[in-house]
Amino acid sequence: MSLLAILGVISSAIFSGTSLLYTTLGEVITERSGIVNLGLEGVMLVSASSGFAVTYLTGNPYLGVLTAMLVGGLMNMILGYLVVTRGGNQLASGLALMFFGFGLSALIGKPYVGAKIQGLPRILLPGLEHLPRLYTSLFQFDILIYLAIPTAFLVWWLLYRTRWGLGLRAVGESADTAFASGRNPWRLRYQALFVGGLLAGLGAAHLSIAYAMNWTEYMTGGRGFIAVALVIFSKWHPLRAIVGALLFSGAVAFQLLLHASGFKVSPFLLDTIPYFLTLLVLMIWGGTRRYAAPASLGRVYHGTE
Amino acid sequence: MANTSCEEPSRTPVISMRGITKTFPGVVANDHIHFDVYPSEIHALLGENGAGKSTLMKILYGFYRADAGQILLNGKPVSIRSPQDARRVNIGMVFQEFTLIPALSVAENIALFLPDLPAVLNHREIHRRILDLSEQYDLRVDPQAVVAELSIGERQKVEILKLLLSGARILILDEPTRVLAPHEVEALFRVLDNLRRDNYAIILITHKVKEVLACADRITVLRGGRVAGSLLRSEATEGRLVTLMFGQELTSPKADRRKVPDKGASPLLELRGVETRPAGTEMRLKGVDLQVYPGEIVGVAGVSGNGQKELSDVVLGMIPCVRGEKILFGEDMTHASVGVVRRRGVGFVPEDPLSMAVVPFMTVLENLALTRTWHYARAGGLKMDWRAVHRDAQDAMSRFGFSFSLYVPARTLSGGNLQRMIIVRELAYGSRLIIASYLTRGLDVRSTFAARQALLQARDEGAGVLLISEDLEELFALSDRLVVLYDGRIVGTFRPEETDIYTIGHLMTGSEVPHA
Amino acid sequence: MPETTIISSRLAGFWRKLLDGLVRYTLTILLALGLFGVILLISGRNPLHSYRDMLVHTMGSAYGFSEVLVAMTPMLLTALAVALPSRLILINVGVEGQLYMGACFATWAALTFPHLPAYVLLPLMAFVGMLGGALWAFIPGYLKARGIVNETITTLLLNSVAPKIVSFFIFGFWHSPMDTDKTANFVPAARLPTFFGTRIDLSLFIGLALLVVFWWFVKYTRWGLEMRAIGGNPQAARRNGIPVSTYLVVGMCVGGAIAGLAGMAQVSGYYGLLLANFSRGIGYMGFLISWLSFGDPLGILLMSFVVAVIFTGGNLLQLTQGLPFAAINLLLALTLFVVLARPQFSGFIRRKTA
Repeated sequence: MSLLAILGVISSAIFSGTSLLYTTLGEVITERSGIVNLGLEGVMLVSASSGFAVTYLTGNPYLGVLTAMLVGGLMNMILGYLVVTRGGNQLASGLALMFFGFGLSALIGKPYVGAKIQGLPRILLPGLEHLPRLYTSLFQFDILIYLAIPTAFLVWWLLYRTRWGLGLRAVGESADTAFASGRNPWRLRYQALFVGGLLAGLGAAHLSIAYAMNWTEYMTGGRGFIAVALVIFSKWHPLRAIVGALLFSGAVAFQLLLHASGFKVSPFLLDTIPYFLTLLVLMIWGGTRRYAAPASLGRVYHGTE
Repeated sequence: MANTSCEEPSRTPVISMRGITKTFPGVVANDHIHFDVYPSEIHALLGENGAGKSTLMKILYGFYRADAGQILLNGKPVSIRSPQDARRVNIGMVFQEFTLIPALSVAENIALFLPDLPAVLNHREIHRRILDLSEQYDLRVDPQAVVAELSIGERQKVEILKLLLSGARILILDEPTRVLAPHEVEALFRVLDNLRRDNYAIILITHKVKEVLACADRITVLRGGRVAGSLLRSEATEGRLVTLMFGQELTSPKADRRKVPDKGASPLLELRGVETRPAGTEMRLKGVDLQVYPGEIVGVAGVSGNGQKELSDVVLGMIPCVRGEKILFGEDMTHASVGVVRRRGVGFVPEDPLSMAVVPFMTVLENLALTRTWHYARAGGLKMDWRAVHRDAQDAMSRFGFSFSLYVPARTLSGGNLQRMIIVRELAYGSRLIIASYLTRGLDVRSTFAARQALLQARDEGAGVLLISEDLEELFALSDRLVVLYDGRIVGTFRPEETDIYTIGHLMTGSEVPHA
Repeated sequence: MPETTIISSRLAGFWRKLLDGLVRYTLTILLALGLFGVILLISGRNPLHSYRDMLVHTMGSAYGFSEVLVAMTPMLLTALAVALPSRLILINVGVEGQLYMGACFATWAALTFPHLPAYVLLPLMAFVGMLGGALWAFIPGYLKARGIVNETITTLLLNSVAPKIVSFFIFGFWHSPMDTDKTANFVPAARLPTFFGTRIDLSLFIGLALLVVFWWFVKYTRWGLEMRAIGGNPQAARRNGIPVSTYLVVGMCVGGAIAGLAGMAQVSGYYGLLLANFSRGIGYMGFLISWLSFGDPLGILLMSFVVAVIFTGGNLLQLTQGLPFAAINLLLALTLFVVLARPQFSGFIRRKTA
């Protein structure tokens, strides 16, 4: 088990986990306001495809990232309309959004299958210039990777240190009480969905513009659902999501490491460990008890007369 | 109307409710009520449940709008149409069910309601404000503590702090001592005393006479939606207050329907030292001893919220019995499931049938079968014998003289017919022990009579009945034995002809029984 | 009111409800078709030609129609797997995972006992398939009954685990010599028999039979009555002596078993082998169909048929209009959006009072 191998695992986990982290952070905000978004997979796909398309057409990856973010926000607004304004069932609406995303992303992305783009430039982690090429190639990150953890802290600050965040969390726990305190639960939920969508779009952008730098159908590979699981694993807290993202995306890389040192564990089984861990966490500390999940998660708010 | 002996011409009341009238369908909750509160005083609003205290205060807090009358703030008329309006004029209310968010901290719960909260929260500042105020009034809590981990008494402190910090000067507390331990009650009174000294006006809604005498400056007693009397503390005695609460009439017990229980028979139900675990802000039973014999009606008197719901639920098996024993029909059924209890022959008439015992969208006929699905199942459960259900229902209906539609959804029945349906289901089908909870609440005269007759008929046929009610007249008229439930305990057992409304009233409100 | 007039007004109400439902469904589909038509126009295709092609392909020929039925079958079964627990207000989003586990267990039986005759092997596969699905649903059901965790969360998590377990077995032990992501073809004895020279297999008829059984079970049996009571007012059901916890666990397990059967049908009937990640959301689609039909058997039948028409027709659009196949999801999703956006018209009131 050489140092290079270990570093390789870490680097791989960081690359792969960045998009997961952004998406998860977005879903933390959304779920904190009381809405589960099962359509994240679709949201990410549409964001990834449109961001990729814009990058290809304009040659400007930053424009592509911005596009992806905006598209993510707009996709989530669809969920907002169905759930907040029309009072539809959250799970069904989210799944419908997922299928919508499957279709729309395929349509948007079709002309660009196989296209190649420049992608986001990669910058070496400052301070490591002296190391041999073999090592430095592992740690040339794009700007989105560098911004990932700061974004987690930003989300934390938003939720816990601002008036908006307090109101949002109140809505997610008890929309009635939030309403009694003079807040508008419907508006706050829309806002949470938009911000969550922006972040999900950012995660998708990293995938198609910075990491894979191409577009294929269903390229998110379940990340949307992983994000939902990750939110639970992190107990709806943005900082814990950092660890979770590394854990959930590191499994495959970890498998290579084990394989190299003689342990042959199936990557698939390894991949299931984070989920079982999440289940364990839930069983021990309770999903519905002990106030781990936002109390009004999943429920439609009908308001008082 | 109002006893004006305690008006003070020299001072202006901070709140003056004049001629407040509020009607709900079928009941006049408030009838031309005059109610004044002065600054720097604790004003107790005393009365039984249904006397109109909660309604009056909900009007003051903007939850309801009065049909007639007006509210004056410092002498000037004011319009309060929502809790937001009330808060704007510095009125705050602490409800019986706290409106705290358990997952958030004390400081966050309070911050949520601060009118001047900045966009970026300054936790240190908020903590400081909380600590200052909690020091000042002895409402000590840790601002960083998560509310879910606080005791009920501590949560109440947070609720009060929430009001104070959002600027309330007039505080309304709804039955604040219901869930407090004795030492917590003392602490609360100290806090109220401190607040009163600082010019706050406090309105205390309660039914506990002793506590009123311990802390109030002024007492207004409501009865049946009207002001029965308004006195200063100096003029009030327990006897006087209980009289005002329950009225002047003495009911003569109807001795002709009295039955002497067969002393030799073993009890149908026996509770020995039964305790339950509280859930949230609910009451818990603290060691109940009770027996019900065949062929008798045991009336349970008490103000609702003193353990009535828990009593019926623990007998039925809906909530677990954490200590003590429950013996049904001679068998130890302390931990038996509801299904087993029901099968042995226990019936239950709940206080709110539509939400507690009925499936609203199913038809009446289907609902009637629900307690005895095994009895009507054929072919091992593959079919239901609806003819038999129909036949049994018709038989019962004619026995009781009821008539209601069987094939409509249950939720379309009127309140009276719904109760009739429940009575048929729980009384007619061979129940040996019947628990009837607030049997005639909200019923019209005819349905009330019918329900009471059905109960007596069941008793005459050998069933044992546990009748839980707030209606003292009903209890005296129907019971063979009378017990009082207060604060989760049985505090007295009587035969109705050997006692009177005052004694029961005293026990219900926790005050001492006067020695005649 | 005399009974006869009550009964006759109930029948009239039934026809009224049916007509009302048909009108609603038609309007819904028309709206969705309109929206999709706009998208087609924007992407440079002719909506009228597309719709005509779709209709001709699916309804215009016997084979086309049979393809619709083939596509309908798995969704019918998964919708049933959601509908039964939904009567207990259980939200079984876990059909997707239970589907995979059923397929997995059934594959094990097919690969382990290839020499058994079909009339033994097929029931065996069905049995273990149902067992697999039921086991996968048991844990969420138990945790829900004990009030520890919501079944929505647990089933979602297990959904992500099941495909990985299937992949594990395929890649590790079961894959064919030529491909690493699927097994070899099953022996003929492990294949569900087909009919009429089409790809319609036995599972369609089993599905339809189960639909009828489900309808009859809920409406006429004692357990159906008690289930409806739990779904209508769980507190009241408990007070009346109905063992709610037991029903919750058993309900989830039965739902899982049906999903497992669907999984078995996929590998034994449709594919004839086990392919990694073979389900592109069949379970979720079943969930949507059941939830949007409020668990009503007739609604499930109708809706899964409509969805199947869209899917099958969409297959053709890939050839005639150069649309990526996944684009047909758009039409599907738009239909779902329209249904979701109008809760007050679809028996929502009934659910609210229940």
